[in-house]
Amino acid sequence: MRYAGLLVMPAGFLLSIAAILLFPDPMPRVAFVLSGLAVEGMGLTVAVRGHMESRGDKRP
Amino acid sequence: MTAPTPMSEATFALTLGLLLLAPLAIAGVALINTGLGRSRSAAQALLGSLGMISVAVLVFVFVGAMWADGGSGLGHVFHFSGKPWNWAGTGPYLLQGFEAEAGRNQLELLFEVLAVALAVLIPWGSGADRLRLSAGAALAAVFAGVVFPFAAHWVWGGGWLRELGKNFGLGGGFLDGGGAATVHMLGGQAALVVAWITGSRRGKFPKEGLSTAMPGHNAVYVLFGCLVALAGWLAWNTAGAVLWLSASPEKLPLVAVNTFLAAGAALAATFTVTRVRFGKPDASLCANGWLAGLVTSSACAGIVSPLAAAFVGLVAGIATPLLVEFLELAVSVDDPSGAIAAHAFSALWGLAAAGVFAPGSGQFTAQLVGIATMLGFFLPVVYGLFFVLNRMVPFRVDPDGERIGMDLHELGGGAYPEFVVHRDDSYR
Repeated sequence: MRYAGLLVMPAGFLLSIAAILLFPDPMPRVAFVLSGLAVEGMGLTVAVRGHMESRGDKRP
Repeated sequence: MTAPTPMSEATFALTLGLLLLAPLAIAGVALINTGLGRSRSAAQALLGSLGMISVAVLVFVFVGAMWADGGSGLGHVFHFSGKPWNWAGTGPYLLQGFEAEAGRNQLELLFEVLAVALAVLIPWGSGADRLRLSAGAALAAVFAGVVFPFAAHWVWGGGWLRELGKNFGLGGGFLDGGGAATVHMLGGQAALVVAWITGSRRGKFPKEGLSTAMPGHNAVYVLFGCLVALAGWLAWNTAGAVLWLSASPEKLPLVAVNTFLAAGAALAATFTVTRVRFGKPDASLCANGWLAGLVTSSACAGIVSPLAAAFVGLVAGIATPLLVEFLELAVSVDDPSGAIAAHAFSALWGLAAAGVFAPGSGQFTAQLVGIATMLGFFLPVVYGLFFVLNRMVPFRVDPDGERIGMDLHELGGGAYPEFVVHRDDSYR
C-alpha cells in the first residue's frame, strides 16, 4: 500500500506535463493539470494510509 | 535560455548585504526545532543543526552546484515535442573559476548555499528525539548532492520550470522568489519521509487512547527563534526578489512589508484558532503559525499586493494548527517541529495563491505545474533515496538511546547539566 501510493504520484506529475504539451487552450490545460494534482493527492492519501497501518501494528 | 541580467554595483552590494543577514532565518529555524524537542535531546538537536548545515554546504558547493548552475546560461537540454527541456546545469566541477564569475552568478550561488542549509534543517526538526547524528549528516549529504540541485536548477537556474513562460506561454514561468518550493516544500516533504521512516517517538501513540502529548521543552527558544527568523526572512525574500524575480530596489520595501503582513496575519489567525479550540492560545502552535506565514511569504511576497499577502498568511495561520492536529491524531505522524504543516503545506498553499493573485495570464497554471513537480516527482524520489539510505545508515536511535536521551547517548553529556531532569511518565 505505502509503495503503491508513492508509485502513483509520478503518474500525476506526468499528467501535468502532458497537459502543457497537449492542450494549447488555457481551460483544458489547467483542468488537466488539476487532474494530475488530484492523482498525486490520491497517491499521497494511499501512501499515508499505508504508513498508518504499519504504525498500528508496531504500537508499543 | 534567458540571458543573465547585468547588475549594478549598488544592487550587488545591497543584495550581498541582504544575503549576509539571511542566515538569521537558519538560526531561527534551528532554535525553533531545538525548543520543540525534549530537554534531553537539546544539545544534540543544535549540534545536529550545525553538522547538517556543514555537510549540506560542503556537498552542495563541491558537487551539487554543478547541477544547479544557471549562471553560465547553458544546461543539459533534451528536446521533446518540439520544446527544449533544460534538466540540469553545466557548472564547473568543484566550483572552479568561481572567483571570475559575474557578480550576479556569485550571489545566486550564495543564495543557493543558504537555501540548502535551511532546507536540511526542516527534516532534522521532524526527526527530533530519535534521529541519529550520523543519519542526519547522511541525509543532508544526499539531499544537498542529489535532490536540491535539480530542484534549484529547474526553478532558479534557467531550468524547464523557469522557462514555462517562454516555452509554453505560461505567465512568467514558475515563480519562487524566496524558495517556497525548493526549500520549504522540498524540505517539508523530506520531513514527512523522515517521520515515516524513523517512526514515532516511543510512547507517542499508545495502543489505546489518543496520542501522548510531548510538548516542547523551551517555549522561549521557540518564540525567540520566530523573531530571529523574521529578520532572516526579510533579508531572504528581498534578496530572492532581486535575484530570481529581477525586482528593482524600489520594489524591495513592498516585499519586506508583504513578508511582515503574511507572518502577522498568520500569527493572529493561529492565536485565534487555538484560543477558540483550547480556551487559551498555544505558544508552540502559534510559533508554527508564524513560521507558516513566513513560508507563504517566500512564495508570494515579491509578486502580490499587501492585501493578498495578508490573506494568504491568514489562511495558512488558520490551516496550520488544524493540520498539525490532523497529522498527529488522525494519521499518526509524529512531527515534533510541525514542519510538515508549517513548511510543506504552507509552501504549497503560498505557491498556488501566488498563481491566483499574481498578474499575468497562465501564471496560475505555471504555479500548478511547479507544485505538481515538487509533489509528484520529488516526494517519491526523496522517499526512495532515504529508504535506501536508512538501510545503510539507520535513521533511528536504539531504544536505550531514546530512553536516556540523545544528548547522553550521542554526546555523553546533557544540554543542561546543572538542572534536574524530571522523569518521563511515558517510560514507566
